[in-house]
Amino acid sequence: MTPPSPPPAPPPAGGHIPGSQMAGLGAPRHHIVTAMVENKAGVLARVASLFSRRGFNIFSLAVAPTDDDRFSRITIVVDVESAPLEQIMKQLDKLINVVSITELAPHEAVEREMLLVTVSGGRAPLADLVDSFDAAIVDEGPDGVTVMLAGTPGRIDEFEELVRPFGITELQRTGLVALPKLSPVPAPT
Amino acid sequence: MRLTGAQALIKSLEMEHVEVIFGLPGGAILPVYDPILDSSIRHVLVRHEQGAGHMAEGYAHVTGRPGVAMVTSGPGATNIVTPLADAMMDSIPIVVITGQVATTAIGTDAFQECPITGVTMDITKHNWLVTDAQDLPRVVAEAFHVATTGRPGPVLVDVPKDVSNAMMDWYWPSSIDALDLPGYKPVTEGDPVAIRSAAELILAAERPVIYAGGGILKARAAEALRELAERTGIPVVTTLMARGAFPDRHPLCLGMPGMHGNYTAVTAMQRADLLIALGSRFDDRVTGKISAFAPDAKVIHVDIDAAELGKVRRPDVAVAGDCRSVIEELIGALESLGLGPVDGTSVSGGPVGGGGVSAGSLAASRPDLGPWLGQVRGWQKDFPLAYDQEEGGALKPQFVVETLRDATPDDTIVVAGVGQHQMWASQYWKFDNPYTWVNSGGAGTMGFAVPAAVGAKVGRPDKMVWAIDGDGCFQMTAQELVTASAERIPIKVAILNNAYLGMVRQWQELFYEERYSEVYLSPDLPDYVKWAEAMGCVGFKVESAEEVAPAIEKANGIDDRPVVIDFRTDAFEKVYPMVPAGASNDDIIVGPAAGEGGR
Repeated sequence: MTPPSPPPAPPPAGGHIPGSQMAGLGAPRHHIVTAMVENKAGVLARVASLFSRRGFNIFSLAVAPTDDDRFSRITIVVDVESAPLEQIMKQLDKLINVVSITELAPHEAVEREMLLVTVSGGRAPLADLVDSFDAAIVDEGPDGVTVMLAGTPGRIDEFEELVRPFGITELQRTGLVALPKLSPVPAPT
Repeated sequence: MRLTGAQALIKSLEMEHVEVIFGLPGGAILPVYDPILDSSIRHVLVRHEQGAGHMAEGYAHVTGRPGVAMVTSGPGATNIVTPLADAMMDSIPIVVITGQVATTAIGTDAFQECPITGVTMDITKHNWLVTDAQDLPRVVAEAFHVATTGRPGPVLVDVPKDVSNAMMDWYWPSSIDALDLPGYKPVTEGDPVAIRSAAELILAAERPVIYAGGGILKARAAEALRELAERTGIPVVTTLMARGAFPDRHPLCLGMPGMHGNYTAVTAMQRADLLIALGSRFDDRVTGKISAFAPDAKVIHVDIDAAELGKVRRPDVAVAGDCRSVIEELIGALESLGLGPVDGTSVSGGPVGGGGVSAGSLAASRPDLGPWLGQVRGWQKDFPLAYDQEEGGALKPQFVVETLRDATPDDTIVVAGVGQHQMWASQYWKFDNPYTWVNSGGAGTMGFAVPAAVGAKVGRPDKMVWAIDGDGCFQMTAQELVTASAERIPIKVAILNNAYLGMVRQWQELFYEERYSEVYLSPDLPDYVKWAEAMGCVGFKVESAEEVAPAIEKANGIDDRPVVIDFRTDAFEKVYPMVPAGASNDDIIVGPAAGEGGR
């Protein structure tokens, strides 16, 4: 039996999400857009369809209800080279079900993502790596262990690289969620 | 008061002052057709659901009120997809009610099930699937509000059959605050700072052009536009969607720009140092190659849809807002900078007018527009629209349009399909009144004319309504003349019958080395006169220039049924001027090359 093929490596450029704190690239190609949307049937389809129809690329997308159950928050990481960010924001804002929309530049945002990765073998060889990243082993079987890590996308990229030699059998990232920073730092020059 | 969902739906339409529904019943919408029998609302029974959608559009075009269409689920709903896409492109407010299979059957591939809210998601301004009869009045009120406010557009309300049959407690939303639209806040007022900057740019410009688009008509801003043009003395181009928004016979009117625009309108934009874009969207058919469009012009862009600002061309001053309110504010800003109203004594711009100027103001140091207007007049003189109707020669389509124009009242409503005939109609008609030109601009929907003319005549029964159609277009939707006959809606149709899909033929002649592929239609298959008669209309055939005026006169005298005139026109005639697709507007072709077109 062949093991399930690993998912395609998500980020195109150097394994990092450019624009995240640890990517260290210059001008960010990716931006975070968070949209507060009505929690109604079909709203995610409208957002996804808009991106498709206008030729904008979605890099990652996360959606879940907020503390007010009338609304959900959609966090979209967009490839801003596919279209001017301003046009994406304006078109999204036109959707009737989109209540508000915020663009978060990386330096203004607290960004986190979660990773689940199943690695072949036992827990012992992984222990140091798991400890040093504050990750956690959340499942264990005869042929492998599943590790969970939450952190900045850059940190998750880094962990992914380091865990790869152990033999990844399955990997799932959630995509980025973000909120505005409470004490914004100045924009990088 | 307990009502069925169906009764509540019809009552909601009455509350929205709907006077006519264009539609065709079927299984899933059956419950809603029963209360129509007891309603004050007129129902026009179409022969194809596409016709219902275009009729609703035609009605909305000429009245400014939303057109309403009602059809059943599945194929009924998909047949109205084209009108929805058309209305989306041209910002036409229509409300389409579709039946849907019962909520319990949704997702089971039930008979005549189609996920029409999913299908139309990208071609409506918004749509709703109603799952509770109690929601119906609120959703109908939301649908009308969304369709008619902000940038207008089509909406669709999908009503499952069990929702129509369910009982509900009647209510009517007391105000827009009672609607559930937390994400919908259309802007209307423009930013005063930006408007002031716009006024300063206007007063500094040497070669300004007002680029008026369909938004002028949507905002009922024709009078405000005229005031702005006359005060500033700035010439105006009216796009295909804005024909009639500024009178063609006004000395400052340059007519239609774009791919088949006249030389002066196209060239004035190319040479301008300031474009004042009012409710226009820099469509590719206007700009030609965008990187070469109006290269020296600064741009003021006013649009109610903020997403249009900077979508195609980066404006120097962007104002998001309703055209009428922004133009009025702009006139106020110009006045505060010293440009007063036109008072007849302080006319600065010669015969074209211009407002009085306060000494020492910014307006007083304004550049003289005289040289610019002189240049524009020169182009108008040197490069007029032209065709040659030879005596005894083949009947020229432009001659038909001009004769029709001169034989009908000035406020005649003209409705066109899409193609050569549409361009000739737009070029050669003189639109001196707003809301007298109805056509499919952005979508380019062949077959638009006949049903849209029916809708226009229903909306404005007091006006003469002429459809100028092509033979290809006519064959797509002619069956709605049966509707027109049955419902006593006396529209008139001029078919410019050149036996070809003429615009495609023109491109094949010019750009595909005269290799004509699948464009020939035949002049007399079908026999248009017999077809018209079979549909309860009067039909004439006209083959020569001398017969044109008498036939039109006869048609104008018939008011109890539709009339169709089959004008047999010259198949070799092409639409000029022309900017080839993808070319710069500087490469405008004014007329046929020597030796061309004489076959």
